[in-house]
Amino acid sequence: MTELSASPPAADGPSTPARRAPTRTPEFEARLKKRYAAERRFKLAGLSAILFSVGVLAFLLITMTINGIGGFQRAEMNVPIDFTEAGLIADPVAMAQPGAAQTLEAQGLPAIVEFFAEEQLGAAAADEISDTAWRLVADEIMADPAILNGTVTLSLPASPNLAAGLAGEGSDEMKALAARLVADGKLETKFDAGFLQRADATDPQQVGIWGALKGSMLTMFVTLILAFPIGVMAALYLEEYAPKNRWTDLIEVSVNNLAAVPSIIFGLLGLAVFLWLFPNMRSAPLIGGMTLALMTMPVIVISGRNAIKAVPPSIRDGALAIGASQVQVVFHHVLPLALPGILTGTIIGMARALGETAPLLMIGMRAFVATPPDGFTSPATVLPVQIFLWSDEIDRGFVERTSAAIIVLLIFLLLMNGLAIYLRNRFEKKW
Amino acid sequence: MVTVIHPNLEDTDAKMSARGVSVYYGDKKAIDDVSIDIPTKYVTAFIGPSGCGKSTFLRTLNRMNDTIPSARVEGEVTLDGEDIYRSKMDVVQLRARVGMVFQKPNPFPKSIYDNVAYGPKIHGLATGKTELDEVVEKSLRRAGLWNEVKDRLEDSGTALSGGQQQRLCIARAIAVDPEVILMDEPCSALDPIATAKIEELIDELNGHYAIVIVTHSMQQAARVSQRTAFFHLGKVVEYGRTSDIFTTPLEERTKDYITGRYG
Amino acid sequence: MSPVILLVLALGLGLAGWLAARARAWTFKRDAANGRIAALPNYHAWYVALWIVIPVMMFIALWSIISPQLVTQSVLASPAAAELPAFGFQRDSIMSEARAVASGSARAVFNEEAAGLVEPYRAAISQYNIIGVLSTLVIAFLTGVWSFLRVKPDFAARTRVERAVMIILLLASLVAILTTLGIVVSLVFETVRFFGMVSPMDFLFGTQWGPDPMSNPDNPDGSRYGAIPLFWGTIFIGAIIAMIVAIPLGLMSAIYLTQYAQPRLRAWIKPALEILAGVPTVVYGYFAALTVAPAIRDWATAIGISNASSESALAAGVVMGVMIIPFVSSMADDSIAAVPQDMRDGSLAMGATKSETIRRVLVPAALPGIVAGVMLAVSRAIGETMIVVMAAGAAANLSGNPLEAMTTVTFQIVAMLTGEGSFDHPATLSAFALGFVLFMVTLGLNFIALRVVKRFREAYD
Repeated sequence: MTELSASPPAADGPSTPARRAPTRTPEFEARLKKRYAAERRFKLAGLSAILFSVGVLAFLLITMTINGIGGFQRAEMNVPIDFTEAGLIADPVAMAQPGAAQTLEAQGLPAIVEFFAEEQLGAAAADEISDTAWRLVADEIMADPAILNGTVTLSLPASPNLAAGLAGEGSDEMKALAARLVADGKLETKFDAGFLQRADATDPQQVGIWGALKGSMLTMFVTLILAFPIGVMAALYLEEYAPKNRWTDLIEVSVNNLAAVPSIIFGLLGLAVFLWLFPNMRSAPLIGGMTLALMTMPVIVISGRNAIKAVPPSIRDGALAIGASQVQVVFHHVLPLALPGILTGTIIGMARALGETAPLLMIGMRAFVATPPDGFTSPATVLPVQIFLWSDEIDRGFVERTSAAIIVLLIFLLLMNGLAIYLRNRFEKKW
Repeated sequence: MVTVIHPNLEDTDAKMSARGVSVYYGDKKAIDDVSIDIPTKYVTAFIGPSGCGKSTFLRTLNRMNDTIPSARVEGEVTLDGEDIYRSKMDVVQLRARVGMVFQKPNPFPKSIYDNVAYGPKIHGLATGKTELDEVVEKSLRRAGLWNEVKDRLEDSGTALSGGQQQRLCIARAIAVDPEVILMDEPCSALDPIATAKIEELIDELNGHYAIVIVTHSMQQAARVSQRTAFFHLGKVVEYGRTSDIFTTPLEERTKDYITGRYG
Repeated sequence: MSPVILLVLALGLGLAGWLAARARAWTFKRDAANGRIAALPNYHAWYVALWIVIPVMMFIALWSIISPQLVTQSVLASPAAAELPAFGFQRDSIMSEARAVASGSARAVFNEEAAGLVEPYRAAISQYNIIGVLSTLVIAFLTGVWSFLRVKPDFAARTRVERAVMIILLLASLVAILTTLGIVVSLVFETVRFFGMVSPMDFLFGTQWGPDPMSNPDNPDGSRYGAIPLFWGTIFIGAIIAMIVAIPLGLMSAIYLTQYAQPRLRAWIKPALEILAGVPTVVYGYFAALTVAPAIRDWATAIGISNASSESALAAGVVMGVMIIPFVSSMADDSIAAVPQDMRDGSLAMGATKSETIRRVLVPAALPGIVAGVMLAVSRAIGETMIVVMAAGAAANLSGNPLEAMTTVTFQIVAMLTGEGSFDHPATLSAFALGFVLFMVTLGLNFIALRVVKRFREAYD
């Protein structure tokens, strides 16, 4: 940081100030030039600082996007299956029942799929079809049993090894196989809408973020219904009713401190208290939501207080003069006017909570959860934790999936922050 | 309308002169076609009701209006014959030659010594501790503050009383050896005793520097200045010797203001 | 039976009470001599509703805590549980399997011993569900009728309701104190337990960190719990490297934005900095691990340093610094803006250039606020978890070389608590001790920073 150190005074000649014009000497002019040069350098340093920061942000977003685009696609093989030769029986009524997939499995669907794959693509390729591909075929049959009357070409996910080969990595054998299949038009990378509908898995071709998304939504819901009322009520109390005494100071200090406590400490609190109270609900959205609510509540209190402070006293005076009670003044007049500011602060707090990982790791949300959660008390994970877990995976296919998940998370955050900014601009009144 | 200029103005060098100066804030015209001279050896006072542009015009003399984004200046302002807005004169140099003292004393949160030494240091007018000490002492003496602070030069400038702070600001302005000193209502934030001291100081500085003082108080203008310009609604209505303006104003508006008809 | 159903039940009962009370109040109003009663009918309605809903909700909260314990006790008392092991991990897993099947969240059991427990669980669960619902109804009935009978024309319902509202608001505010207390108590409690097993001197001054969660908990090796490498790693990454990045960049950004930037540029850059602050730390961590750390290692190898690891303190520190830039920038921005304009004008009027005014007058004047901002930023950096977990490494290394892997306090908290260890093992408890130290340090930094800002604000008012 060269600019922050003072530039040494110029060694001009005899500098006893001439009476008439000390600032018209050539030494002064020369020094002035240097001072302007320093000014330019300083300004440039400031601009560079900004450009660097914004540049890193742009670089990060671009890298994630480039990596993530691949995460919304996957390698799939086209397998024509002639069901007329298969001899499967599937009447529409039975297909509508739960467990229909099991009946199809019992009828030998996996073997049929494998047979046709071998026949059409060769033994080597057939080996590289995902083991659970038959489930997709079963889903198709359940959706439309009429396909059993003809030949259908289905797009089945390839194994992670073959997908790696298609991407140009992994063993030479896989790369060669992938090249051959692509040339035959049997293997391609397709848009994978299922990424948003499936849950976690060990095979990068099969993973999806729906499980984590649902877990995030459930957790956010719990956080919101706990943190918002408590936060707003506390803000109202502190601004409108609290007498100026030591207890109030203590509450204020607690709130301000809590807002600055590292999030991992809340995780420790959740672990020690909530899991002790509810030992059966490890990694449940309810526990996660409660932990995050404690973390978000101070943020809502602080922004709520600012919004309430901004309502001018003249409004309160006017209401009191008509004979409204304190409670009526607050709930009928102050709160509606402060609400946009409170909502803005709440959305920003919730956006922060959505991206939190460490506290939820502490309460156990780092387990492998293969099915989306059923309710608030079943094991779940959230999107940032899912990203964290996938980042540990060695399989190269996970890199793209992780980046794709990051893109989804960032889009949600962007929407939430955008909503907050919109609310702030639309409803903020300048008194 | 044209400024009414009194006769009997001795021929004295105009240190600065304004010709046809108009100042706009966005679309609003704050100063309308002002042309006056600031003589070298005297104190010139700008008087007039609030909001009529005295401070704005004062700030055009050292280009402080440049710091306001919406401000625009038309016309010519010269210092020793050079147009300060259009010539190659540098604004930094200009401000070292035309100093300013503000309405509310604004010493830097530094020591008294550093406050006064700031200007000479950045302009390179004094190097080395001895020279700086000399300049600081000289400036503080001239500002009439030396005896009060000579034992506590390291104390913070903000710890002084209001009147002392203002004298410190004057010392600070003097330290760069300017040719003109502009004072924007320098006493309006001070009590009567401090005000009297400042007015004494202005009397002493008179003759060493060309001084322009904006003031709300006609009595003050009458006490300290030799030339007075009466501003009204962004124009200079009348300009002349202070005694002439106050005893025989030529314009109706001037007379009404001086006799207190409006403020 | 999930608490949600009970909650809905409670609200429904409350609504019933509300409607009934309001109807009654309306009849009073109609019959009253001058059409006026002490309070509006709505307030009577709220009075009864509150008296129903609040006790019921308190009961539900209590019930959801104790009923699982009651169910477990009842199952253990049943004959089918006689063959279970007396305690331990196996027993817990068998029981939780049976419970899962009984409550419908799982379809079948893996363990045969669990199969026999499913029926007792089902019986116990439905039994306690019935008890819960009945209790709820009884409580609601009792409180509802009692409050309903108090609804009279001269009953000052509004005052009561408003007082209740104030109390509710006060309780909401107390949640903050309760949380702080909860944090302190739980951390202190576990830390004290930890210090019962490992001496504080070993912990605070030892230089070897390598707890073994599988070791015998009764005889912990105190020398393996020396936290100095962790403290050093935390300071080195968060307070040194991150600050070397964040302070100059943040300060110069704030200066440029407030003093030099055109309004249009500022309108774009400010949101960009806010976005920088809003990116989740897990994304930063991933970026650090995926892109920055390998780049640093490659660069280090290219200039001849051979043993640079792929997880380095430098990678984590630099990314953390970038994350913190918006904090420093925003605090510096506020502090510089708080310096009165007179001061800037005073300096400019003397012929100082803009940069001289900033460097010599504005920044020194704003310095307390800027320093406070830096302290808050340091506090944030040392509490940061995900970036270090993903990019810094697990090796407790007491070295000054930023290219080596280093671990921090937050990393070890995560590591110690997500392993296989039981809750009584010193390795697990050490996480709480570390958490306690972290809490105290960040609290101290925040406290000092806020005091500095407060005194500084007073100086300018």
